[in-house]
Amino acid sequence: MAESTIATGSVKASDFAPLAAGRSAETISRPSLSYWQDAWRRLKDNRRALISLYIVVGLLLLTLVGPFIWTMDPALQDLDQVSQPPFADRSATIAAPYSSWDTSDVAPSADGLAVIEPPTSQSVRLSWESIPGSSGGYRIYRNIFPIGPERALGLPLGDVFGGAPRFFEDRLDLEPRTYYYSVVALDENQRETTAFLQRTIDVRRVITAKEAIDKGLAEDTLPVGAELRLTAHPLGTDYLGRDLLARLMHGARTSLFIGIFAPILYVLIGISVGSIAGFAGGRLDQLLMRFADFVVALPFLLFMIVFKIAFGIGPGESGIFPMLIAMVILLWPATARLVRGQILSIKNQGYVEASKLLGASSGYLIGRHMIPNTLGVILVTLTFAVPSAIFTEAFLSFIGMGVAPPTPSWGSMCNEGLKTMLTTPHELIFPALFISITVLAFNLLGDGLRDALDARMRSRE
Amino acid sequence: MWAYTGKRLLQGVLTVWFIATATFIAMHNVPGDPLMNDKAVSTAIRANLEAKYGLDRAVFPDQYLIYLGNMVRGDFGISFTQQNRLVNDIIREHFPVSATLGILAVLFAALGGILWGALTALYRNRLPDIVIMFLVILGISVPSFVFAALGQLGLVQLNGLFGRQVLPVAGWGSVGHMLVPSLVLGLSTMAFLTRLMRSSMLEIVNADFIRTANAKGLPPTRIFLKHQLRNAILPVITVLGPAIAAITTGGFVVELVFAIPGLGRYFVEAVQQLDYTVIMGTTVFYGAFLVLMVIVVDLIYGFIDPRVRLE
Repeated sequence: MAESTIATGSVKASDFAPLAAGRSAETISRPSLSYWQDAWRRLKDNRRALISLYIVVGLLLLTLVGPFIWTMDPALQDLDQVSQPPFADRSATIAAPYSSWDTSDVAPSADGLAVIEPPTSQSVRLSWESIPGSSGGYRIYRNIFPIGPERALGLPLGDVFGGAPRFFEDRLDLEPRTYYYSVVALDENQRETTAFLQRTIDVRRVITAKEAIDKGLAEDTLPVGAELRLTAHPLGTDYLGRDLLARLMHGARTSLFIGIFAPILYVLIGISVGSIAGFAGGRLDQLLMRFADFVVALPFLLFMIVFKIAFGIGPGESGIFPMLIAMVILLWPATARLVRGQILSIKNQGYVEASKLLGASSGYLIGRHMIPNTLGVILVTLTFAVPSAIFTEAFLSFIGMGVAPPTPSWGSMCNEGLKTMLTTPHELIFPALFISITVLAFNLLGDGLRDALDARMRSRE
Repeated sequence: MWAYTGKRLLQGVLTVWFIATATFIAMHNVPGDPLMNDKAVSTAIRANLEAKYGLDRAVFPDQYLIYLGNMVRGDFGISFTQQNRLVNDIIREHFPVSATLGILAVLFAALGGILWGALTALYRNRLPDIVIMFLVILGISVPSFVFAALGQLGLVQLNGLFGRQVLPVAGWGSVGHMLVPSLVLGLSTMAFLTRLMRSSMLEIVNADFIRTANAKGLPPTRIFLKHQLRNAILPVITVLGPAIAAITTGGFVVELVFAIPGLGRYFVEAVQQLDYTVIMGTTVFYGAFLVLMVIVVDLIYGFIDPRVRLE
């Protein structure tokens, strides 16, 4: 452009007038961004990382504030509601205290299998018609699944022998649900015949007025037949009737405590060892790094278990701290190696040389130049270390080597939930879901932080 | 090459010594007494038992030297809780089971990881890539015991669907017993390797030699198999050593859930019963095995990729 105007000879003298003073060319027109501001700007643009960050903050809130909002005791057993799924029916009816069944003036059923009184969780009273060929008596079964063509009768409740009247009372762990009862005729040798009666019975939950007061559900004695609602359990209960939401929140305290504090501790140790080794160099460096090599070679999970039993758990202790210490002992070398490498590459940079020339001490060089410049990489390592620590805790608690009961942790809750996976899957699903979401959030956040903080490690996705 | 191998083996022996020492120190710090629950009621019986296991001598250096000497001779001692059972016998009996499971899992993980990773790179940002990467994130985030539980549930459903036993749900013995457990065991490693393979492939897709191969008019399948895949596999092989380590020790859960009589399950049992010799023997044995595996993988790597000079 400029050359062309000169070529056409249209240059005026005014074109060479000096610029008006007042606008300094030195002024930077845009606000300068610090390293961390720039990283935050990048992170904000990454939607996946930002959502993960929100999830992490939400989880921390759940852990710290949750137990103050949902104040249910995680160890409290609600035996009226054992293994209840979320949003289960909580209604109950007040019933008179149990009195034994006097069958002397009750006529046995003449038509199929009948329920004599309304079936409640207190007792189910059955009577049935006489089945031909039942000279030996009858055997009563109960199933929680439909009997089906394979004749899966379920749990044998008891036998009624030949001479006895055709009555049976079931009081065995009754829950408010649908049961499939069947009565099989026995031959003279008490062997089962093919003839049987069946009936589907919906059991209603009842409690006595006294129980209602004892459990704090009612203030005064309620009349028989009154309706009331049992304690709410938003996520259901486990096999001991403990509130799952409360246990998940207290379990989060265990899992996140280990998941966050163990990495912080071993990363700190790794930073100290790595920076000393990288800065000192020579013999000390060799020595520290050989030792780190040895520790890396220890089979991690085996030694987690060996160290954990070596530190021991006293009666009444949760076993969180032995696990923490074992993790710190075994995992510091990776960070130490990383920090050492970073320090070595920074050590010969111009600004470090300049600082050294100006008389900076070793401590100042490490604290002012080297560690702040490796902080980005360290933060990324830390974020990726959290999910693996959570996995380790869950894994150890799952095989029964982790946190001691009754302290809840997500891993031990999964372990308990696995046993009843087929009948009450929610006991496994919720803790497993929490572990997965947490691990996923920290992994995606780590990816985002790596992209934001470290230009060299930026992923190629 | 030979000098390098020798040096690595020497380092390996030192590492195993370190593992043995760490195990010894840790196990001697365990609170309680190995003979506490035994029938050592009278002091005479107790003294005899202590003499039998060498517990009447000083821990250091006597017991330590005896222990090291036995380790060198490959003698891991006698089980504390199972009478007349040698730790060597326990390892000999149960390690092959764990090893079979582990080898199958590593095979599943490596083949699956390479295949899926290559696919995602070829179909970058298209449907196969998105679906597979979603599954990979799932594989990394879901704990292995959940996969084990789901695998077992799947087997139950499968058998129910066919009305007969297609694959056994638990136990050990036939190939049918091995399929699902090893797949479950290899799953998270497979996810990890898929990610690695994908980024390694993406780096190579735009490399100069690929452009040259294209320019020469080589058929795409040939370029894929001979140039892209072979080069992209290299980083996957480097992490195979640690992956084998993770899979073999991670076998506990799968062995517990599927009731497989492997060494991992035995180790957990030994820890629960505080069977000192079995715990120490198994730990040292596993440690030595893993050290050896890492060395073998490194040597193979130098063999496959001539650019890496072994020194």
